[in-house]
Amino acid sequence: MKRALAVALLAAAVSAAPLAQERGIPRDRLRSGSAFLGKDLRGLQADDFANPGMLWVERGEKIWREPAGSGARACAGCHGEAATSMRGIAARYPSLDPQSGRLLDLEGRINACRAAHQGAAPFDYESENLLSITAYVAHQSRGVPVAAGIEGQAKRHFESGRTYYYERRGQMNLSCAHCHEANWGKRLLSETISQGHPNAYPAYRLEWQTVGSLQRRLRACLSGIRAEMQPYGAPEYLDLELFLAWRARGLPVETPGVRR
Amino acid sequence: MVARLQIPKEARRGALIELRIVIQHPMETGYRHDEIGRVIARNVITSLVCKFDGAEVFRAELSPGIAANPYLQFYTVAEASGEFEFAWIDDQGKQGSERQSIVVR
Repeated sequence: MKRALAVALLAAAVSAAPLAQERGIPRDRLRSGSAFLGKDLRGLQADDFANPGMLWVERGEKIWREPAGSGARACAGCHGEAATSMRGIAARYPSLDPQSGRLLDLEGRINACRAAHQGAAPFDYESENLLSITAYVAHQSRGVPVAAGIEGQAKRHFESGRTYYYERRGQMNLSCAHCHEANWGKRLLSETISQGHPNAYPAYRLEWQTVGSLQRRLRACLSGIRAEMQPYGAPEYLDLELFLAWRARGLPVETPGVRR
Repeated sequence: MVARLQIPKEARRGALIELRIVIQHPMETGYRHDEIGRVIARNVITSLVCKFDGAEVFRAELSPGIAANPYLQFYTVAEASGEFEFAWIDDQGKQGSERQSIVVR
């Protein structure tokens, strides 16, 4: 009893102390991108048949079961049924690869797995194959709250992602926070500015008429503020992806999301 | 070309049934240009036909005004058990098809 009380007091002390890591938008005000969509698009995302992103998920399932590479081994050969083995996995990415010490997003993890365990060539960034298998794996975590870890070696990537997020850049001289933290919910021409969360990616964007990765979305934002775009897979994007995941922690994974 | 089909597996005789199909297709309009200014050739699904045991029950002529990954939905009356077959073709001559049976009681 005494011990339980001590633990309770300790817990209270911890929660009362100012957190070393505060996020710009507190938990109770976090809104997924879907909250900024109209009724039609929310309905389209919720309808597992009409949601066009499900075409990529279906194609991803084929890739999951298809033997590939020199070992002629399929993803399913090691991981079995994705519905159980991949449940909750995407919610923890980007994540550090214990072998190489590199920060990997889900796309990077899939390609690393292809190289190490299948003896297969990596899929190109933004290729239909990589988008499909990533969408399929991420889809297995739908509803699971985003919970990327920023402890240990990941901390460095997190800090650099945070710096990137709050830095002004481009001819418009804007940081990510100028739109997505200071002005979310307001209008930018015909669009409502979202909080810029990554929990629905890979997502089907009407503007693209196809499924795209989070990095493609980041590049679209950079182009919008007339800033220099990094190539796909650049470390800046990975660090930023980690910061975004941390910032969105608690929001459910929605892949494949539908976005304007 | 992935396509998804949604048709009830079973239906009562005389019931109105909903048929839905989504086809993964770029529906390239022919009005766009690539980075160096060349016209991207038009490539849209031009025609989609649905047959029930060989008899045509639905036909659609599609055009560049229709968005990528077209979604179509229509209704028909379940009169007998049989097979629905969807077939479509695009500007490049690529054909696709999907089929599914229904049991009518």
